[in-house]
Amino acid sequence: MPSKEEVKYIGHLARIHLNDDEIDLLVKNLEDILLYVEKLQKLNVNDVKPTSHVLPLKNVFREDVVRPSLKQEEVAKFSVAHHNGSFKVPQVIE
Amino acid sequence: MKLNELTAHELLGLLKTKQATPEAIEKDISAAIEKSEKKVKAYVRLIEEKLSEKSTGGKLSGIPIAVKDNICIKDTPTTCASRILEGFRPPYNATVIEKLKGQELPLAGQTNMDEFAFGSSTENSCIGPTHNPWNLDCVPGGSSGGSAAAVAAHEAIWALGSDTGGSIRQPASFCGIVGVKPTYGRVSRYGLIAFASSLDQIGPLTKDVTDAALLLKVIAGHDQKDSTSADIPVPDFTSSLKKDVKNIKIAIPKEYFVSGINPEIKKIILEAIETLKKLGVSFHEVSLPHTEYAVATYYVIATAEASSNLARFDGVQYGLRSQPQALRKTPLIDMFEETREKGFGNEAKRRIMLGTYALSSGYYDAYYLRGQKVRTLIKNDFDKVFEEFDAVLTPTSPTTAFKIGERASDPLSMYLSDVYTISANLAGIPAISLPCGFSKDHLPVGLQIMTKPFDEEMMFRVAYAYEQATDWHKKKVSL
Repeated sequence: MPSKEEVKYIGHLARIHLNDDEIDLLVKNLEDILLYVEKLQKLNVNDVKPTSHVLPLKNVFREDVVRPSLKQEEVAKFSVAHHNGSFKVPQVIE
Repeated sequence: MKLNELTAHELLGLLKTKQATPEAIEKDISAAIEKSEKKVKAYVRLIEEKLSEKSTGGKLSGIPIAVKDNICIKDTPTTCASRILEGFRPPYNATVIEKLKGQELPLAGQTNMDEFAFGSSTENSCIGPTHNPWNLDCVPGGSSGGSAAAVAAHEAIWALGSDTGGSIRQPASFCGIVGVKPTYGRVSRYGLIAFASSLDQIGPLTKDVTDAALLLKVIAGHDQKDSTSADIPVPDFTSSLKKDVKNIKIAIPKEYFVSGINPEIKKIILEAIETLKKLGVSFHEVSLPHTEYAVATYYVIATAEASSNLARFDGVQYGLRSQPQALRKTPLIDMFEETREKGFGNEAKRRIMLGTYALSSGYYDAYYLRGQKVRTLIKNDFDKVFEEFDAVLTPTSPTTAFKIGERASDPLSMYLSDVYTISANLAGIPAISLPCGFSKDHLPVGLQIMTKPFDEEMMFRVAYAYEQATDWHKKKVSL
């Protein structure tokens, strides 16, 4: 079951900052849920193929035709910070 | 009789013979919203849409519809009832919205939901809970609780919701209306803000089975913009309603009638079975042996897919962005982490964390991969039953609507309220919930009918036969 440190690390992987109260609650919540999910370990699934989705679809191909799409400037406007059709983000490189 | 209390097919009849006008329907809907919305809180926001002056011949023209707040409407805020999508106005319509517009269906508004469809009660919404029109102290179910409550309270004639583990059927059951989760691939998911991509489907919430068949016909069909939509012809579902149900064979899975079911609900479902027997249906007990693993499988797969789908909400492209004051990691990562801390509610955080854990190195095989394998076993159970039977009948939910706040602090007990609906999503099969009675405290009970993939016709046929033999669908809320 995930420890406090592990929950903090998962928070880092998920890019969610968690305060100490949230971490304590999540340790308990994840433990409850994972204990319930533990029942999956009882089944023998050695020869079972995984189902990633249910439709009997193979590759879906179409002709590579240029079609109208959204304009770059239009899309950038949805961001709270944009410049010349690009998204502005905090400094990435020193 | 107020027009807003009628079904869509009844209104279409009145419009045809000029006994009603779209304006008069809209007026009665507005009056109901004015009267009841303060108590029910079904909508996140209403849409002021002018009725088109000249009809271009849409078959369902003039019948107002409510749409769940996770279906993109061009230039209109669409937020999944989440703070993180504050201010987002999609630059395009979801395919289902294009289809509604093609039929000139006026949009009444966008309905409340559990944030990102994470929940079974519509309590996890950034604007607060929706109330069940049958009892305002109770939840309407979820996550499409706003859609179900809007239809039950006659604040819309019909509605669209989305169903990932029961999010259309369970609220339909709690609110005494009809809800359909179509076969996976029947309806395009383009423009549906994704929760779990291998499970999500958009479907109708309506006052009766005929309306559900009409609305599904409108929204179904292959879409180039969704490569998981199936290129399979869409039948006229309403024509299958007229067929009788003599000699139809229905399976009753014994696992759905054991521990956890409210005895009152069990009794009501057994009465529904007797009603169908009188119409010529034969019933046989079967086993779906992996039923007890469905909820566990679902919460591994659905949260894993959700954690991946929700990675896009990072403050960069749209919605909320938080500007951190102090440096913790790097300016960019701090921006991501604080935006997501402030933007997501508790249940969204919990599911993203659980999904991230299930996918993380060292746990992937034990959780996610194993979940996908058990999903195969669950699907095989259904395939086997459908070799011999036309349909499977179960309750929609083990309980009636519970009190607001009753399960809010216990995530697992909330997850278990989906125990009867989750398998249909894992197996990808169509399922309907329709009203089949009331508990002693006057809360609606739902009956679920599941059929094989792309056999919605059989599902509607059985549901309609039952509905016509009873009058539960005619019971109306008075607010």
